[in-house]
Amino acid sequence: MSARGELRGWADVALIPVLNLVVALLVSGIVVLIIGESPMEAMWIMLKGAVGSIKGWSYLLYYSTNFIFTGLAVAVAFHAGLFNIGGEGQAYIAGLGATMTGLGLEFLPWPIVIPLAVLMSALFGAFWGWVPGYLQAKRGSHIVITTIMFNFIASSLMVYFINYWLRPVGKMAVESRAVGNFDFSTFDLTGAYIPSLRELSLAIFGYRLPSSPLNPTFLFALAVAWAVWYLLWRTKLGYEIRAVGANTDAAVYAGIRPQKIIMVTMAISGGLAGLLAVNEVLGAQHRLVLEYVQGAGFVGIAVALMGRSHPVGIVLAAMLFGLLYQGGTELSFAKPEINRDMIVVIQGLVILFMGALEQTFRPWLEALFFRAED
Amino acid sequence: MLELFLGAETLSSTIRLSVPLILACLAGLWSERSGIVDIGLEGKMLIAAFAAASTAAFYNNALLALFVAILVSVGFALVHGYAAINQRGNQVVSGVAINMLAAGLAVVLGNEWFKEGGRTPALSSEARFMPIDLPGLSELYNVPVLGVVARIISGHSLLTYLTIALVPLTAWALARTRFGLRLRAVGENPHAVDTAGISVARLRYQAVLIAGVLCGIAGTYISTSLSASFVRDMTAGRGFMALAALIFANWRAWPALWACLLFGYLQAMGTRLQGVKFAGVEIPVQFINMLPYVMTVVLLAGFIGKSIPPKASGIPYTKDR
Amino acid sequence: MTPSTTPAIELIGIDKRFGPVHANKDVTLTIRQGSIHGIIGENGAGKSTLMSILFGFYQADKGEIRVKGQPLKIRSSSDAIAHGIGMVHQHFMLVDTFTVLENVVLGAEGGALIGPALAKARETLTHLSQDYEMDVDPDAIVGELPVGLQQRVEILKALFKGAETLILDEPTGVLTPDEADHLFRILGQLRDQGKTVILITHKLREIMAITDHVTVMRRGELVATFETKKTNVEELAEAMVGRRVLLHVDKSPAKPGVVVLDVKNVTWKDKKGIARVDNVSFNVRAGEIVGIAGVSGNGQSELLDVIAGITRPASGEIIFEGKSIGQLADPRHLREEGLAHVPEDRQHRGLISSFDASESGILGWHYDESLGHGFRLDRDKVVARCTKEMAEFDVRPGNPLLKSSKFSGGNQQKIILAREIARDPDLLIVGQPTRGVEANERELGLRMAGVMREAA
Repeated sequence: MSARGELRGWADVALIPVLNLVVALLVSGIVVLIIGESPMEAMWIMLKGAVGSIKGWSYLLYYSTNFIFTGLAVAVAFHAGLFNIGGEGQAYIAGLGATMTGLGLEFLPWPIVIPLAVLMSALFGAFWGWVPGYLQAKRGSHIVITTIMFNFIASSLMVYFINYWLRPVGKMAVESRAVGNFDFSTFDLTGAYIPSLRELSLAIFGYRLPSSPLNPTFLFALAVAWAVWYLLWRTKLGYEIRAVGANTDAAVYAGIRPQKIIMVTMAISGGLAGLLAVNEVLGAQHRLVLEYVQGAGFVGIAVALMGRSHPVGIVLAAMLFGLLYQGGTELSFAKPEINRDMIVVIQGLVILFMGALEQTFRPWLEALFFRAED
Repeated sequence: MLELFLGAETLSSTIRLSVPLILACLAGLWSERSGIVDIGLEGKMLIAAFAAASTAAFYNNALLALFVAILVSVGFALVHGYAAINQRGNQVVSGVAINMLAAGLAVVLGNEWFKEGGRTPALSSEARFMPIDLPGLSELYNVPVLGVVARIISGHSLLTYLTIALVPLTAWALARTRFGLRLRAVGENPHAVDTAGISVARLRYQAVLIAGVLCGIAGTYISTSLSASFVRDMTAGRGFMALAALIFANWRAWPALWACLLFGYLQAMGTRLQGVKFAGVEIPVQFINMLPYVMTVVLLAGFIGKSIPPKASGIPYTKDR
Repeated sequence: MTPSTTPAIELIGIDKRFGPVHANKDVTLTIRQGSIHGIIGENGAGKSTLMSILFGFYQADKGEIRVKGQPLKIRSSSDAIAHGIGMVHQHFMLVDTFTVLENVVLGAEGGALIGPALAKARETLTHLSQDYEMDVDPDAIVGELPVGLQQRVEILKALFKGAETLILDEPTGVLTPDEADHLFRILGQLRDQGKTVILITHKLREIMAITDHVTVMRRGELVATFETKKTNVEELAEAMVGRRVLLHVDKSPAKPGVVVLDVKNVTWKDKKGIARVDNVSFNVRAGEIVGIAGVSGNGQSELLDVIAGITRPASGEIIFEGKSIGQLADPRHLREEGLAHVPEDRQHRGLISSFDASESGILGWHYDESLGHGFRLDRDKVVARCTKEMAEFDVRPGNPLLKSSKFSGGNQQKIILAREIARDPDLLIVGQPTRGVEANERELGLRMAGVMREAA
């Protein structure tokens, strides 16, 4: 409880996240110092690697696409007062939906297959989120534990599916057949193959972009972010989701059924996480690869916390993490002493300071502010 | 067939695989019985495994490795304690952060110190907790039946026997000591503890510290006894499986032992059944691997029995009601 | 009953603030040893804060506490316990999963192992239960005991720790009348054994029935202390409220019409199976205002929840405009049928404090077609509606984009009232219409109710 009142809106929305980010980066800088490298130099290499070239930007945006989806997934659940740690599993299972549609309906023209594959990604992810939602709403199981368990179940299940059902006979790598193909010389697009921007620009303009997996899904992610904003603040369902999250008793008073909202929200959340499959499976790797999610589901937690669960904040935070991922890769090339996992350290610190220690600097900031105002 | 399912080798490996689960499960038990949810068991074990393997690689001393691992794990536990107790932060978020921090730091530091991409060098036997043959039992190895039993219970490391001893100790301490009584009370109703004039924060810090120590031992076991070096993500979800076992055990020490042995057995079988065919059909091991998690989900949903967590777990304590 | 000359407790000039709230203003109070001393006052009068300070749960900003003439600093509950002060809180401080014995020894274990303490507690409990009509099975799990027995465990806990002075905070709120009588007998026996009892309550009946002295508090201040024998209910009530209690509102005579709401033999039980609403029947006609009176905690809130469809009765039937509420079942359908509800706990249920006023202003009506077609929620319409309602009801500040929590209690009340009345309901349920509302706003609320009646 603050004796003097709350911080102003903008400080709450922008200053605290930035301050927490700075602290997280400072601590990361200390880790770099321990390794015996210069934090400033490391930061410079990361920045240059991520935003100093078109290639850097392409990778940055490609990574952000994943993080926008998983960040939105976590945020939507947050708004209903739910903590969905299961984005990782939901995205993984969604890959199955995307791949099965791509492989099974390969004979259909791409304007039909791609939307179907997108839909199936969302539906598979939604299902994997809905089940824990159902178990919480109807059976009282705690969503955090259930979604953690579902990550592991998904992981085993997918090894099974890829190994026993999707891996072509005789192929060593644990991955499915390609979900489609694109021949840019003839503009011949088959299956659920979403071409990269590089391929598209070659096919349409004959212009050669630097190689990167960036594909139109990035624009789709921006549209989805807008849709989530619309859902939460411009629809009745969104109102109900936020009401349940903010005050369940008041929601019940208003005739909203929290159980229904929990299930619906978890399905939406899972569906959003599932869209990661569109970027990765359809757009980047064009096949289902073992462990393809690679922790993006967990990055979503950091992104949602950093972005204050608002789609605009999430897009910005996702780009920041895109920068860290791309910059981190460049850094590990330029300085092998600093492993790429440095990003994971930063991620952990961001979650720690943004999420669990969020209030640490608040009293201090408030004191500062009110003294300034006196 | 019987040899495959219940042979000395299977059961002995069940025990080996159960040890880290039991330690982490007891860590979770102490923490959660005091009202602090600990998703960060995995991270604490991982960083401890790394600390142990690094120390052992530098100084060739297993006991020193254990000591350093416990220190490091306790350090991480204190971060969690500070976030959960002083800052009243979200305990799940804090746990997730600890897991990431541990996973990242271990690889980054390991890469810098040993230049093997996050691995630590293979440890010599002085630097490890090696199997010890219990006196008197090795002579029995070739005796029928008794020999099997002897081979199951002998030939484990010091840490294994320590772990087994910790189970009754935990059960006894919780049930019979003042500390145990207060700790159980603080996880159920911290207000009752506070009005009795006992510090809630102090009790919870003690619990978090115990969890740190136990995860430290678990990590040491994983990198210096179960294997002979640290590799990235080597805890492989054991912290979460321990949480599952904790739910299965209904937050009690003895049932925790059985649940961990069961999960350890499933892990052992998962490895041993790889590629084995029954009547011409191969059972995909993935289904055995996911069994502990599926069982936990089913149990949590109340389809079989009911598991009731400590009432105050995960809820930050504030005086005002 | 021979009160010694040194008072059991003296509180001198106790002052306590919580931020802007001045919970205790310079309170001075003396409590005689071997007596039952009542402290009475409305919600928020500062009774519980004062006792929490005595029990070391909070520290006073100013003032002195003396126990048996000795000035003391009570910094924590353990200090209070060490000086023979015990407290039975309104919400029991029991560990539900523990046995009675384990609960009793918690905090008084006497050593690192609890075995000896448990044995000692078992023996003490036997004595105490013989002395004071307090039979409790020492090995019962507390959570499985009925509330009356749980309260007895709380008293035993305090006595086991050597309490000479026992504070009870609203002890009868959760008890049946029988259980309450039993409790009073126990308290009487405690007094006869020379113990001092402080009873915090807002029920006048209890004060008159068992106390020797009574102190009245209002808005953090001590109003007066009476000898119970020499006062009466009217005098106490007036001291509590601070004005004549018979409130007179100018109103036109009612012209009751058809029956709108018919409540038949409704019973509602809480989680522990205690009937908090017990076989209640009444009806409400169009054009009349029906008051449900009673000291809070007697089941009015629960009754309102049942009528509004938020909880379901264990038995009985409620007919609203010819339809059984059992069929309509949820608050949304009831609203559509013309039932509006201003909940008692406005800050917690009537609005969502983190939402802006315009969003709180549609709570419960948010699905209405007039706010957007189909799934859409038209923000402009939501804001426009709120702006209009704010003007009509003179909500200040009249800013629909301000967070709900930033309005004063009275203005929050108006936002809710405006929302509920706007749809021209056939029946308006209002819980505690004047709670937390300043006098002039109170008047407005009552006038609005009058307007409603005319319109119905």
